[in-house]
Amino acid sequence: MADVIFAVASGVGKAGVAVIRISGDGCVDALSPYISVPAPRMASVRRLITKSGELLDHPMVLRFEHGASFTGEETVELHLHGSVAVVGSVLKELGSIPGFRPAEAGEFTRRAFENGKLDLTQVEGLADLIDAETEMQRRLALDVYSGELSSALNDIRQSLLRAVALIEATIDFADEEVPTDVWPEVDSLVEKAGQSIVAQLAGFSAAERVRAGFEIAIVGKPNVGKSTLLNALVGRDAAIVTDVPGTTRDVLEVHMDLKGLPVSFLDTAGVRETDDVVEQEGVKRGLARARAADLRVFLSDDLWTSEPDGFADGDICLVTKNDLRTDGRGISAKTGEGVGEFLAQVQTTLSGRASGAGLASKERHRLGLEEARDALRTYTDQRSIEAPEEILSDALRSAIVPLERIVGRIDVEDILGEIFSSFCIGK
Amino acid sequence: MKHDFDVIVVGGGHAGCDAAAAAARMGVRVALVTLQKEAIGVMSCNPAIGGLGKGHLVREIDALDGLMGRVADAAGIQFRLLNRRKGPAVQGPRAQADRGIYRSRMQAEIAAIENLTVVEGEVVDLVQTNGCVCGVILGDGVQVLSQSVVLTTGTFLRGKIHIGDVSYGGGRMGEKSADSLSARFDDFGVSLGRLKTGTPPRLDGRTINWDGLEMQPGDDEATMFSFLNTAPEARQISCGITHTNPQTHEIIQANLERSAMYGGHIDGVGPRYCPSIEDKVVRFADKSSHQIFLEPEGLDDPTIYPNGISTSLPEDVQEQYVRSIVGLENVTILQPGYAIEYDYVDPRNLSPTLELRQAPGLYLAGQINGTTGYEEAAAQGLVAGLNAAAVAKGEDAVTFSRQSSYIGVMIDDLVTRGVTEPYRMFTSRAEFRLSLRVDNADQRLTEFGRKVGCVGDARWEAFSQKLDALTSVKSALTDLSVTPKQAKSSGISVKEDGQRRNGMELLAFPNTSFDDVWSLVPDAGEVDAAISEQISKEALYFSYEQRQASEVAALAKDEDRLIPNEFDYRSLNGLSSEITSKLEKVRPTSLGQAKRIDGMTPAALTLILAHLKREERARAS
Repeated sequence: MADVIFAVASGVGKAGVAVIRISGDGCVDALSPYISVPAPRMASVRRLITKSGELLDHPMVLRFEHGASFTGEETVELHLHGSVAVVGSVLKELGSIPGFRPAEAGEFTRRAFENGKLDLTQVEGLADLIDAETEMQRRLALDVYSGELSSALNDIRQSLLRAVALIEATIDFADEEVPTDVWPEVDSLVEKAGQSIVAQLAGFSAAERVRAGFEIAIVGKPNVGKSTLLNALVGRDAAIVTDVPGTTRDVLEVHMDLKGLPVSFLDTAGVRETDDVVEQEGVKRGLARARAADLRVFLSDDLWTSEPDGFADGDICLVTKNDLRTDGRGISAKTGEGVGEFLAQVQTTLSGRASGAGLASKERHRLGLEEARDALRTYTDQRSIEAPEEILSDALRSAIVPLERIVGRIDVEDILGEIFSSFCIGK
Repeated sequence: MKHDFDVIVVGGGHAGCDAAAAAARMGVRVALVTLQKEAIGVMSCNPAIGGLGKGHLVREIDALDGLMGRVADAAGIQFRLLNRRKGPAVQGPRAQADRGIYRSRMQAEIAAIENLTVVEGEVVDLVQTNGCVCGVILGDGVQVLSQSVVLTTGTFLRGKIHIGDVSYGGGRMGEKSADSLSARFDDFGVSLGRLKTGTPPRLDGRTINWDGLEMQPGDDEATMFSFLNTAPEARQISCGITHTNPQTHEIIQANLERSAMYGGHIDGVGPRYCPSIEDKVVRFADKSSHQIFLEPEGLDDPTIYPNGISTSLPEDVQEQYVRSIVGLENVTILQPGYAIEYDYVDPRNLSPTLELRQAPGLYLAGQINGTTGYEEAAAQGLVAGLNAAAVAKGEDAVTFSRQSSYIGVMIDDLVTRGVTEPYRMFTSRAEFRLSLRVDNADQRLTEFGRKVGCVGDARWEAFSQKLDALTSVKSALTDLSVTPKQAKSSGISVKEDGQRRNGMELLAFPNTSFDDVWSLVPDAGEVDAAISEQISKEALYFSYEQRQASEVAALAKDEDRLIPNEFDYRSLNGLSSEITSKLEKVRPTSLGQAKRIDGMTPAALTLILAHLKREERARAS
């Protein structure tokens, strides 16, 4: 039998309540010398004692039955008073019970996965949910954790499975009364699946951004006020700001929650010709990061007459140091003038992009979806030259495999199951 | 200890015959024990061999010099290549067989094998020494000793026949069941399951009104099972086709509760792909008609096998519904249809050699392992026979992989996934279907069989000649390097992409003939039609096989990662109890096999792999 694992499930340190989760079949029996665990679904306050009978705490106790817990195993939760001393002594006592050991990082989730309570995408969603810092990240992660990515992929898989089953029926049951012209249905299933895959891929980059954060590069000549703007955004001196050109020699990042959107502002080294090797390298890196960023903010202390190099759709051009200007056509990071409007513009642009977010947000998802898409293209090509059934079926199977890999499952019997439930086989 | 024989094969059906013959080809002394000598080679269900997936198995048996293909060729009275209009990878040869010819031909083949003795008797128990099975005990108490035993009991293990609400013990119509052996399996601690199968009533062809019935002839050019044969021996005939109708369905509906199955008399699970007519009427109620093939059982035999209406309804209802069918209005039933329930051993108890893990020396093949079909049985018989002989000779086990044969696919499915219904072969079960074709079964297996020791000289010679011809033509083609322009000059239309292509690649283009491509080969000589046809088939899948090669390699890597039989899954931290018990049940021999266990998770595989690597490191240091 697997070990019983336990760990503090709530945050570390002093708190009102601290929760210790104990998972493993047989844990209720093993705990009986220490605490009388209530019936499942009955929250009760109980006395928790040491082996020698000393009172440790009065926790509220929850019990989850095998199959009805997060891990799928018998699970007990102790809601203790959140003192470091109480939690420490309880952990020590639990560790002394034979077969009990502290959980390794992620072990509860791994057990949930192994016991089939979560699939791969849900595990990823859960990790993202726990890591979520902004509202958009929370929503995306929750959708994935709730199985929406799996169910979207599963719909695509089901369509393709049905298509393969239709083709297989004409192959393996050639002598039976199965419909011979299955192609209209097969083609429409494949088309539908292909569209869904393309849609998931289209939403990938936005979703990936929501998950990992948008990057906004602040670009401009030295001493144009890039670092001052960054500092104004942060409200603290994150970048060193002096009047000496070339102070920022590498890329500085500031992470922000912009009304639910995770964003990172990048302060790049000022763009100018220089003989300083260190600064040259800084400029080079800064330019590379700026090109790769989701959005660029170009700063100038003079009015813009043309689009700067590297300008892309949605990028923003600003005139800085308004406090030194007389025409009032700029912003001032020093006085805060125009900074709010600037942030609102950034937010509008990025929200627009984030709204297109699909559920697939990891590189692994993208690779799988692209492999499936390519296999469906092969199918379409082969279909147009009227390739034989077994080759078409092979192409569709090649599309199903990567989708199954994303959720972590594969089964040939499914195809036969679909055939048998659809047709009367057996002459 | 003195052995009477090296290998004893129990049962003279399809599994038993090819098991005994395979063991004998390996050069050991073999006994074939059967209840009745005359019943050797009996086709107890439909009089046909082959089909999709099944035809592949027969070809593979033949490539290993087995019996089934040659006997079916001799007995074939109607040959049809199924899926003729589809690609060669999914074509399956099938033949109606004359029951009488099949049986007598099989008996003649068996009798001709010098080191094979047929023993008539009922096996009531097995002899065990030190846990190893080393002989059988016959009904008269006589012990026959050997080094290993192959058991092919078919439907005879606690067999029970059902016709309507009447049921009685029996292994086949008119033959008694074998019950005492079932008890022996209980002693081994092996769980037995229950399956069922059914047959239709047999009809008197002389009372069928053939006028107006659609007739289906065989192919003009017969496709034979054996690589050694080119044409049928027996006279060829046609089969009739008729259909059930709403009236038939009404009669069946009205009498459903009198059916053994629907009356609740049967616990065994039947196959989804071979449902009884009761099942068809109930499960596909929207269909008002089902097709029936009227298959003659022999040239000089008036019996007709109506394929498609197997049943366990009472005799009077059978007569009523059969007579509601066009052409059968005045038909006489020669033998009523019946359902038969029998014990099977959960095949997850077997190793890939078909040896029962709980009883070393004992090999199981055929329906006892939960399969259905003559071809599936014979293929398992072959594997069990080879291994029973190999162990007697002290040689290495003979195993087949999923990448190289349908035999390998079937055995891996059985021992890894077990069965929930009688297992039948389909081409869709083979993930490397495009390379596992009927046309190249010999190229896949004959050389392997020769090494193992089960391929005789005559076949080896014929195969070697063919292989030489294939190799020289193929290398001439792969050596070609042709521009699209040159190709066009020979009448082959390819894309003008400036890409040079070899002859195999050109052959893969639609509407390209072998002669078109061959004309591009300098100093091209005459090529035998059989050879050019074979090469053309290979070319069709050339690019796929190359792509699949990487998948095959990846699979082989997992297959090569062996898991010792005594691997302690319970010692692995974090393996769920459900998966642990599945692994303990199957005892996969490799990581590849473990991967295919139903419900296996990537996480669990990672744990096993990590443990194997740790042990490897520990051994190395």
